[in-house]
Amino acid sequence: MINFQYTRASDVADAVRQIAADPTSKFIAGGTNLLDLMKDDIERPSRLIDISRLPLKSVDSTGDGGLRIGALVPNADLAWHPLIEQRYPLLSRAILAGASQQLRNMASTGGNLLQRTRCFYFYDTATPCNKREPGSGCSAIEGLNRGHAILGTSDACIATHPSDMCVALAALDAQVRVAGPAGERSMALTDFHRLPGDTPQRDTNLAPDEIVTAVELPAQGFASHYTYLKIRDRHSYAFALVSVAVGLELDGNRIRRARLALGGVAHKPWRDRSAEAALEGQAAEPAVFAHAAELVLRGARGFGHNTFKIDLARRAIIRALTQAARGTPQSISSKKIA
Amino acid sequence: MARTTAAGQANLSIPDLIPITLIVNGAEPWITLLDVLREHLDLTGTKKGCDHGQCGACTVLVEGRRINSCLTLAVMKDGASITTIEGLAGNGTLHPLQQAFIDHDAFQCGYCTPGQICSAAGLIAEGKAKTADEIRELMSGNICRCAAYPNIVAAIQQAMRAP
Repeated sequence: MINFQYTRASDVADAVRQIAADPTSKFIAGGTNLLDLMKDDIERPSRLIDISRLPLKSVDSTGDGGLRIGALVPNADLAWHPLIEQRYPLLSRAILAGASQQLRNMASTGGNLLQRTRCFYFYDTATPCNKREPGSGCSAIEGLNRGHAILGTSDACIATHPSDMCVALAALDAQVRVAGPAGERSMALTDFHRLPGDTPQRDTNLAPDEIVTAVELPAQGFASHYTYLKIRDRHSYAFALVSVAVGLELDGNRIRRARLALGGVAHKPWRDRSAEAALEGQAAEPAVFAHAAELVLRGARGFGHNTFKIDLARRAIIRALTQAARGTPQSISSKKIA
Repeated sequence: MARTTAAGQANLSIPDLIPITLIVNGAEPWITLLDVLREHLDLTGTKKGCDHGQCGACTVLVEGRRINSCLTLAVMKDGASITTIEGLAGNGTLHPLQQAFIDHDAFQCGYCTPGQICSAAGLIAEGKAKTADEIRELMSGNICRCAAYPNIVAAIQQAMRAP
């Protein structure tokens, strides 16, 4: 690991001041992704600004019946928070489907949003990568791309966003609160991450001098009919090949509201509102689910090793919608897919 | 507990470990907690496996919570209470998990064992895992290349039943 300076931020305003004053510095909270990247020479900050002691560690009710999650709430604490387990079990299950308990104990809510792709070419400094070194080329498009994206790709990058938590947050219509020199602002989780386009080096729309302070959930948590179905090569402690977050509001067998987001398939959590619209007002039955899956995947493109993901995603969407409609969410510990 | 001397007469009492705080020279900001434990404090029970948070060999308890010490800067844990495998046994007696790992032969080469035991101590403190499936899921951050997994699960179940 390279040598660097280390400072602590005394409050959010101080954190923003410090990062604005030194563009080569980075915030560190849990450190689970950043230190890993620094050990591999992918990230080389001149200074780490320790924000882990800032008072952003609580989960509080908002005025409109939702919850505000402080950016430094550890992933494990969030997954097992009583209000999250009761009202947003989709979020709890998605978090528990990712990483290991040790990592979830360390990783923060804000850091989970900001983790970088696990594309192995991004991690391998001996190979070209437009995300790591803009303009150098993409090694994955014609390389070993079994884990890579099938939706929203560009000629510059086919990397995926690795988070499970963010897939649930996208489905739940979460908002991200950020602070910067000009004050605070909010953006939808679905607008927080970017598609690669011709600037794959930019993962998010967070400005370099901004800090994530909280994630806010609206009141509707889809606690009765939901699932997080994660398909991966190893049953635990592995990144998704395809994951599907579903939340349904049912009126008898009729779908009143539908939420559908995918992980492991794109540069950001993939939410398709046309598929949700096609589900709403319809009976919760296989033909309707299959039609929604077709809509999600109509623009999907495979790159060889990952082409199987298109059919895998189709079947995972149908299975996840079936689990959610039945009220039988996928178990995290029992690996049999219901 | 009391220990009888060779002469069989006097009793020597072995006290519990007492937490102490020393500030010796300080540490560079880029030193991980794992390297401070092993290289500076010579507590080599905690193992360096992958050094990337993937294998769990470096698992220690910070304020009672299990973490990967290889992905933690020591400077960020200034003032924290750390428990390594060397600190689990107390009062001259093995920790119930240490005894259970011996009872169930829950290792072969032993390299992952300190991390497995610290991780299992964290798991028991969390109180979430009840079934074997749940133990397996919540222990998935600890890899055992010898594949002693069935015996590790059995050992943890025994320790969970211990008073």
